[in-house]
Amino acid sequence: MLESIWFLLWGLLWAIYFMLDGYDLGLGSVMPFLAKNEKDRKIIYNSMGPFWDGNEVWLITAGGVTFAAFPKAYAVMFSGLYTALMLLLIALIIRGVSIEFRSLVESDWARKFWDGAMVVGSFLPGLLLGVAFANIFMGIPIDAEGVFQGGLLTLLNPYGLAGGVLFVLLFAQHGCLWLAVRTTGDINERAGNLATVIWPILVAVYVAFLVLTSIYTKLLSNFLMYPALLLFLLIPIFSIVKVRTLISDRKWWKAWACSATLIVSTTLFGVIGLYPALLPSSINPAYSVTIYNGSSSQMTLKIMLTVALIMVPIIIAYQFWMHKVFATKITDEDLGY
Amino acid sequence: MLSRLQFAMATMFHFIFVPLTLGLSVLVAVMETTYVLTKKDIYLRMTKFWGKLFVINFVLGIVTGITLEFQFGTNWSRYSEYVGDIFGSLLAIEATVAFFMESTFLAAWIFGWKKLSPKMHAACIWIVAIASNISAIWIILANGWMQNPVGYVIRNGRAELDNFLEVISNPFAWGQLFHNGFAAFVVASFFIMGISAYHLLRKNEVEFFTKSFQMGMITALIFSCAVAVQGHGHAQMVAAKQPQKLAAMEALWETSDSAPMYLFLIPDEEKAENSIELMGIPGGLSFLAFNSFDAPVKGLKEWPKEDRPPVTVTFLAFRIMVGLGTLLPLLCIWGWLKRKNLTENKLYLRIMLYAIPLPYIAVWAGWAVAEVGRQPWIVYGIMKTSDAVSPIATSQVAFSFIALTTLYTLLGGVEIFLLAKFARKGPQPEKA
Repeated sequence: MLESIWFLLWGLLWAIYFMLDGYDLGLGSVMPFLAKNEKDRKIIYNSMGPFWDGNEVWLITAGGVTFAAFPKAYAVMFSGLYTALMLLLIALIIRGVSIEFRSLVESDWARKFWDGAMVVGSFLPGLLLGVAFANIFMGIPIDAEGVFQGGLLTLLNPYGLAGGVLFVLLFAQHGCLWLAVRTTGDINERAGNLATVIWPILVAVYVAFLVLTSIYTKLLSNFLMYPALLLFLLIPIFSIVKVRTLISDRKWWKAWACSATLIVSTTLFGVIGLYPALLPSSINPAYSVTIYNGSSSQMTLKIMLTVALIMVPIIIAYQFWMHKVFATKITDEDLGY
Repeated sequence: MLSRLQFAMATMFHFIFVPLTLGLSVLVAVMETTYVLTKKDIYLRMTKFWGKLFVINFVLGIVTGITLEFQFGTNWSRYSEYVGDIFGSLLAIEATVAFFMESTFLAAWIFGWKKLSPKMHAACIWIVAIASNISAIWIILANGWMQNPVGYVIRNGRAELDNFLEVISNPFAWGQLFHNGFAAFVVASFFIMGISAYHLLRKNEVEFFTKSFQMGMITALIFSCAVAVQGHGHAQMVAAKQPQKLAAMEALWETSDSAPMYLFLIPDEEKAENSIELMGIPGGLSFLAFNSFDAPVKGLKEWPKEDRPPVTVTFLAFRIMVGLGTLLPLLCIWGWLKRKNLTENKLYLRIMLYAIPLPYIAVWAGWAVAEVGRQPWIVYGIMKTSDAVSPIATSQVAFSFIALTTLYTLLGGVEIFLLAKFARKGPQPEKA
């Protein structure tokens, strides 16, 4: 029972991470399409300035919880996807540093350098996370000892790549909507327009991803076993349609929330499909890391659950406060970065 | 081997930023509180100037911290699997109780100058300071467990949690924690004194930097003495819990009933003896370790060669730490004696400017003693480091090692450049 609760929490933490860091990673990667001049770029940096770090902590927590609740999954996943994870780390380091250091340098070339680093460092995490999770959905080649039998190229299969593209597009649209939330005038217009351009591509990739999912993965079997679960699929489908009308209506906060729901429900769709496996093995299902063979002791799970039940609501409360106070329309006065 | 190097490199780089964050956050919080209470403009300017340097330093602390968390899984997967039940939960708790607060409220502090009331704004930096120090508690509890594992049972082929209270009240860990916490204040106060000295030498903003320097000096005086006294107590705990480490710290080969302490010696690991031993104090080591001149101290030869830590590194690191630990309080006392006309004492100011790196070297050396001295164990007495590494291709590790080293070197350069740039620029001018 505890294992199942932690499995859901584990999935939820990753989903929250994608929902929050998704907007600033997405915005960072489409920055060149939205910024026409220095002021635009400043607006973009400032729109995510107060939030990116707090958002990234959800990744640290998702990683930490994997370590604490499912040590075997943590060990197999992180060592197996070694190169992909190292690239992810390097990208996140470059991205964080770019946001903070760009405003501290004055020369043109130095700013251009950090801008470039920002775009690469924002684009790569979305791609890599998408590739990694799609591969997990599909099953990765782990043997009886939990050793990963492959390399970076193993992950770059059609389904993995589709997952990568899907994440990049989800994040990109999410980022455009975030910028629209925080701006007025020209740049707001451009952000809305770009979201409109991304939308049909996203829908096409999303449909393709679902089709590929039914071919390459066993995710749907859980849903077919309990047909009531199929109702869950209505959430992402409804969100993806609704987001388009909200964009047309220029209702930015609502559109952003809709896009957030889309990201969370898409992640949870995968997580529900995986249950009870955390890392299915593509070599032999018996080698999979599941909540039964991969979780921590009951005592650890209990203590962790107590901590989580107390702390997570508090965290959500102050991060909500933070967004409420600081996620206002950006004025000239706010351009600290 | 590469994994060890990579982890050592990543940890040391991360640890450039952490102690300054821990100490400076509290000092900046004190400055801002003084401003809120006195409404004197100078304290606001101090908060802003030192706060800016704090933020520049903080960024690299965060981004390099993520690497460390992930490296347990990427490079030490056997270890993660074996101890995740205990070690992993401490890390996860650290993230939930500390990292979120730290990062959210630091952002509120950076962006909140206009949006928050002065009291609320000062509260934000206090929350950052407290959260940073809470995160230190959890990470050192985790490390302390590796040094002195308690509250566990070996079950299902791994170490499982048996008594959580024992894990979080581990006396060894709390010893380390205070040692580190005090040292962090020494790092931060020497940082403040050094930069202040730079400006005082140039007669720049004399009032501003005299105040800053004095604040740094008082802090440094208190904590450099505290760290030395507490360090002695902690070494006695090492003597009790990790006799091999103590023997390596002092390069003691033969077990002896009244172990001498040599002020100067050169260990020779090959021959398992010291090639030079000078100025011995009879029974000195016995006394320092066990408060008695004739207490028996175990020598390295008690253990088979493969169970001994690398003696030269441990020994040298310990000497460097203790040497600096003696020098730093002396520098503070010198400053205290001359406090009346500090700005005139050019020689002292110049020394203090170049003393900025010294506490850093001391904390690095300290961690080298703690970590290298624990070898060959990764968890003392339970798991060897060689059994802990991930079963992955060396080429992958080599790639990441080179990439991370290059990136860190570049970032370290940029960081020093930026800190120096803004430190040199000095505070914003007074409002007219």
